[in-house]
Amino acid sequence: MTEQPRLAEQNAAVHLPEPFLKWFAEKGWSPRAHQVELLATVQAGQSVLLIAPTGAGKTLAGFLPSLTELAGRPRRKPGQARRGIHTLYISPLKALAVDIERNLGKPVEEIGLPVTIETRTGDTPAHKRQRQKLVPPDILLTTPEQLALLIAASDARRFFEDLRYVVLDELHSLVTSKRGHLLALGLARLRSFVPGLQTIGLSATVAEPDELRRWLVGQNPPEISTKPAMASLITVAGGAKPDISILDSEQHVPWSGHLARYAIPEIYEAIKRHRTTLLFVNTRSQAELLFQELWRANEDSLPIALHHGSLDVGQRRRVEKAMGENALRAIVATSTLDLGIDWGDVDLVVHVGAPKGASRLAQRIGRANHRMDEPSKAILIPANRFEVLECRAALDANYLGAQDTPPLIDGALDVLSQHVLGSACAAPFDADLLFQEVRSAAPYARLERSTFDRVVDFVATGGYALKSYERYARIRKTNDGMWRVSHPRIAQQYRLNVGTIVEMPELNVRYVRQGRGLAGRGGPVLGKIEEYFAETLRIGDSFLFAGKVLRFEGIRENECVVSNGAGANIIVPSYAGGKFPLSTYLADQVRGMLADSNRWRALPEQVADWLRLQKEKSVLPKRGDLLVETFPRGNRHYMVAYPFEGRLAHQTLGMLLTRRLERAGARPLGFVATDYSLAVWALDDMASLFKAGKPSLAALFDEDMLGDDLEAWLNDSWMLKRTFRTCAVIAGLIEKRFPGQEKSGRQVTVSADLIYDVLRSHEPDHILLQATRTDAAAGLLDVSRLAEMLSRVRGRIVHKHLEQISPLAVPIMLEIGKESVNGGANETLLMEAADLVEEAMGPGMSLV
Amino acid sequence: MNFAARASTFAEADRVGIADERAVCDPRGVLYFPELRLLAVSDLHLEKGSSLARRGALIPPYDTGATLLRLQAVIADYQPAIVISLGDSFHDGGGAERMHSSFRERLEGLIAGRDWFWVAGNHDPDAPADLPGETVRELAVGSLVFRHEPSAVRVEGEVAGHLHPCARIVQRGRSVRRRCFAGDGGRMIMPAFGAYTGSLNVLDRAYAGLFRRETLMAYMLGTERIFAISHAMLRPG
Repeated sequence: MTEQPRLAEQNAAVHLPEPFLKWFAEKGWSPRAHQVELLATVQAGQSVLLIAPTGAGKTLAGFLPSLTELAGRPRRKPGQARRGIHTLYISPLKALAVDIERNLGKPVEEIGLPVTIETRTGDTPAHKRQRQKLVPPDILLTTPEQLALLIAASDARRFFEDLRYVVLDELHSLVTSKRGHLLALGLARLRSFVPGLQTIGLSATVAEPDELRRWLVGQNPPEISTKPAMASLITVAGGAKPDISILDSEQHVPWSGHLARYAIPEIYEAIKRHRTTLLFVNTRSQAELLFQELWRANEDSLPIALHHGSLDVGQRRRVEKAMGENALRAIVATSTLDLGIDWGDVDLVVHVGAPKGASRLAQRIGRANHRMDEPSKAILIPANRFEVLECRAALDANYLGAQDTPPLIDGALDVLSQHVLGSACAAPFDADLLFQEVRSAAPYARLERSTFDRVVDFVATGGYALKSYERYARIRKTNDGMWRVSHPRIAQQYRLNVGTIVEMPELNVRYVRQGRGLAGRGGPVLGKIEEYFAETLRIGDSFLFAGKVLRFEGIRENECVVSNGAGANIIVPSYAGGKFPLSTYLADQVRGMLADSNRWRALPEQVADWLRLQKEKSVLPKRGDLLVETFPRGNRHYMVAYPFEGRLAHQTLGMLLTRRLERAGARPLGFVATDYSLAVWALDDMASLFKAGKPSLAALFDEDMLGDDLEAWLNDSWMLKRTFRTCAVIAGLIEKRFPGQEKSGRQVTVSADLIYDVLRSHEPDHILLQATRTDAAAGLLDVSRLAEMLSRVRGRIVHKHLEQISPLAVPIMLEIGKESVNGGANETLLMEAADLVEEAMGPGMSLV
Repeated sequence: MNFAARASTFAEADRVGIADERAVCDPRGVLYFPELRLLAVSDLHLEKGSSLARRGALIPPYDTGATLLRLQAVIADYQPAIVISLGDSFHDGGGAERMHSSFRERLEGLIAGRDWFWVAGNHDPDAPADLPGETVRELAVGSLVFRHEPSAVRVEGEVAGHLHPCARIVQRGRSVRRRCFAGDGGRMIMPAFGAYTGSLNVLDRAYAGLFRRETLMAYMLGTERIFAISHAMLRPG
């Protein structure tokens, strides 16, 4: 697929106009084979997917078709109609669009092309947006949300009539979310405006390129063709093999935990030996802690900075700028820096904690040394013993080029609802035609007409069985068979609520001078913190945020007021997002490693010893087996299972197993789950229950737990409420904000919960609840993964009863007690509080 | 649970004093005075769903049905002779008119055979259209006075609604927020009963001056029982 350089040069002469060849020559470069190949493919009228590693000149490749075509376009004569947008570029990040404007502007200027390039994001001022409508640039750089807004405008068809190409950057990260669904629907609309529209997708390596190839082009209805349409594919082989190692520490590698404190001196030494080190962690809490620990070790006062999504934008920009100027020696970062923005001269990537997925590791390491011909250098720092295994597996995978990006899921119905309303806002629509258009988008290719009709009904009147809202309909079908918006206010509301990103309620962290308490005013905002964390703080508590120890002074309106803090017992905020579960691929690799003692040689000695000891005291399961250990400890009985299917699937499994053990009379008390294993403890001896077959282990782990048990548990789960809130906002049932005022998170939460309760008891099959369950099953619960595991281990469960805890069980046993009490225990907490009152005041005294 | 069992449970556990009267705080959010055979319920906000739907928020139209079902259940348990709906019974003045005929019939069934008082609220200052029952500004019974909005000055024996109280505690690092009755022995503010009603923390400044801090208790609503929490344990927000 990739041509020889000489051939590329000949081809370049054929496909590239003279000024471009001259520019390449002046720079001392020659066009890369894949850049020419892409150009030729697009010039032949096809859409294309380019898969290439970082540093391969992807961006320039993506824009070459546009630039060459624009270069050859005759100048506009006076009196001729203005030309519309020629190329639309869509990226997942605002910052990326800005970055591209800068990077693309340079060659355009140097070649002397008559091409205008502008960005349009949420930050673009209104007057500039208005001007863009009147005088569109040739190339518009924007985000999926802005595209949704542009196509919902009444002049959309005219605005896009000259469009030739859509360039989609970082496509692999766009397609996996609801934003991708919204974007796919937007593309389908653009294709209906401009039937010959071509798309150019730019992506990092993915497991299933065909999914992205389908995504890029319009799909035929299944009645006409069962063979999916696909874009052409150009793949650039990976650059130089990265130089990755696992830290083989002199120190004792801990049994559990996520901090890797033991490795701080060794990490600090590595920073000293390199120009710029990028340190990746998996969560924002870990970022805060690592930053703090590094500064404690920082005897040379090296410039070390912190970067994560909760920090104030101003601070993040300052760090990014300093990085670009190579003024920093190290940056501690979370996934906010994951995507392909070019920052300075990083020569070492340190990954603290396990990477959770081989593809994620590959991308993060790609950050170091942005020239693809030189090897990137990376060190993995496992935080505990299981992570050593995981790091080893990820490392093998990176060398083998294995990929474990998640499979794409069907388009979400809440996103479709938003799109249907947006369509009506743009122009009256015919339901048959809109259905056809929607199904041409790959994520919705399997959508059924009946489901689509329910979505339209939902958009119109809420879609309730009780038809009492006909007179309040948002869209109405008029006599000509077209659906129209019933009131201009609806379109206004739509524009304010567009998008699929629903933030959890957050509070600004406002820094005031010490000793002023809540009365302190006017200090800087350090960033945002999740409301539910702020709610658990007491005045005077110390916590870690933005790299500082802060004292909690109280909550004032939507602000969490803090001052300088100190002292012991510092709390680290936890954040709902950012915890990735272990990928299926890595899980399988780790199981394989456990089963094969030949592979232990690659592990640090202390970890290999640990596994040998496990083999001696208990068993190590075969690759396809599920090991379940039982043992007594204290006055309780424990069961530890090792499915290696990730924290989310284990949590779901833990909930379901506890329900079943409860029914079997084992009196379970609780459970705890990690990425690797789960432990359940009970008052009764579970081993003897299993032996007596009441129930047998096989019955306990039977797949039928995913039926009624799951349903019953789900309905009361806070996770479902949280998911419902997101769906309700995206679908437009609850407003994200009102004109002129941002609705506070709390109000949305309250009403969403109440609506959920009422809807669940009165219309459990409502389309929005259906969408909620689908989301939860795929996301927070990881049900599909659990299902696969249960079916995989059928007949392959190995039970080992022990007199005492096994070496492999130590890590999870150490997690017990760290977790707070679970879901249904709120009443218990209330009881404790009420009892405290009674204790303090004497019985009966609570009755005033 | 049948009525006898319930009545005996509450007789022991959840009786609170308001001025000279004793009342049962029911965890479902109603107040029952056994001696008076009087049931008080506040802030039903019936037809809130359709009220919001008029402005384009098409939230499920089942709130009136849900609220009435729950009200029906408590009335069946206590069989009160007198029912006081303590204001904001309807979310807006047109609510009673918009109400679906099946709900209207259910409500009329609850009213039949009892003395039913609609206390005027800020959302529904006028009598609900075509419904039986007497509409009053406020109502004095024994040593008690029932009105929608609590008075700014201290009044012994006042039972009010309007503020939708809730309370929050933090225990073992976890936060629990529940609707509650708020009382200091002299005055009682009732939780909102309606299915779509939000709530406001009793420590919010809207409650300033209404209670004696030392004796303020939040009677938080559990699923099966009331949890009496003293002022010192409550958290704002």
